[in-house]
Amino acid sequence: MTTTNIHIEPQLAEILATVSDPEIPVLSIMDMGVVRSAEMNGNIAEVTITPTYSGCPAMDVIGDDIKKALRDNGIEAKVNLVLSPAWTTDWITEKGRNALEKYGIAPPLEPEADIAALLGNQKIVKCPQCGSHNTKMISQFGSTACKAFFQCQDCQEPFDYFKCLK
Amino acid sequence: MKLVQYLYGIADNALILGQRLGELCGHGPNLETDIAMTNISLDLLGQTRSYYQYAAQILGGDATEDTIAFLRSEREYKNVLLVEQPNTDFAYSIGRQFLFDVYHLLLLQELQLSQDETLSAIAKKCIKEVQYHTRFSSDWIKRLGDGTPESKERMQNAINDLWTFTDELFHQTEADQAMVSEGIGVDVTKLKDNYYQKINEILIESTLAIPEMKYFQKGGKHGIHTEHMGYLLADMQYMQRTFPNMTW
Repeated sequence: MTTTNIHIEPQLAEILATVSDPEIPVLSIMDMGVVRSAEMNGNIAEVTITPTYSGCPAMDVIGDDIKKALRDNGIEAKVNLVLSPAWTTDWITEKGRNALEKYGIAPPLEPEADIAALLGNQKIVKCPQCGSHNTKMISQFGSTACKAFFQCQDCQEPFDYFKCLK
Repeated sequence: MKLVQYLYGIADNALILGQRLGELCGHGPNLETDIAMTNISLDLLGQTRSYYQYAAQILGGDATEDTIAFLRSEREYKNVLLVEQPNTDFAYSIGRQFLFDVYHLLLLQELQLSQDETLSAIAKKCIKEVQYHTRFSSDWIKRLGDGTPESKERMQNAINDLWTFTDELFHQTEADQAMVSEGIGVDVTKLKDNYYQKINEILIESTLAIPEMKYFQKGGKHGIHTEHMGYLLADMQYMQRTFPNMTW
């Protein structure tokens, strides 16, 4: 249940980059950082993924989508799930963070800033719609466990903030 | 098999509390808390799956995470009495959550250090989620405790009523003792002082009184549950009991 090697073969990486997170379709599972290794073992691709949150309902779908994407490229795949090391929002790539913001989800802040933002002490979460920092937390949990719910007090738009997980 | 019993002792808390929170789906006092509590439920059910999958692997044979969750009888569940208490009103749901979250976080901090690689990995995963749970419930204790006279009274009543279930969290079962001696389990008796200190700090900050009650109820860890447990299981196990082996 643990893994230390993070080896992803370039040929497989290319295919895996076409698989998106079912909850956040603009984000590939590669940008999300949930793929921990992908290697050819004979004719079979062995892909190891890790869940973002324990109860994330997207994991089963992601496993199926990986198998399908690889099969479409003529490769049979075996998908393993590991828990350790535990996923962190640090593994979301820069490209992924930009994609999140463009999609309307504020990307995660660093841990201290995250706590300050969620306790409503500081206005530091940037509205992905208008760029204002004049935002207010509505709920510590948003549409999914990984997000909190905010509202911009300038443009009035509600939006999700991707919580820091470290 | 002591390890399996030990896993039940941890995982059953997550399952039963997750089920209780799941009951609030569509019934939360407002949309945001409804979503928050069902999200916490989802985290807990996900955590339960990790423990049960591990237990099923040890049990072998036909055991799966589903048979463990849905086909045990009341006496076989080892969850503490606290987590099975009903959603009487929102203050009770929050009080139950708070009194459990603070314990849960302390437990996982120690469980991370387990000699058992799988348990340690699960704990490291869960702890990140439970930090958010603890923050959510502590925040609500403060809002209700230091809120209106009505919210304060109801929050205080809930804490007073649920207090009797807190001491059981620190009781050791035989399986606990065996796992502690092997370096796998957490010695929960050592968490007690820290627990009440943290709880008291937040109660004081919330302008709530710390209950002085010295009578504590116990039994859940040995499978002796309160009258609420049977109803909960009847609801949770209904599909598997009515249509054995059904799958989605």
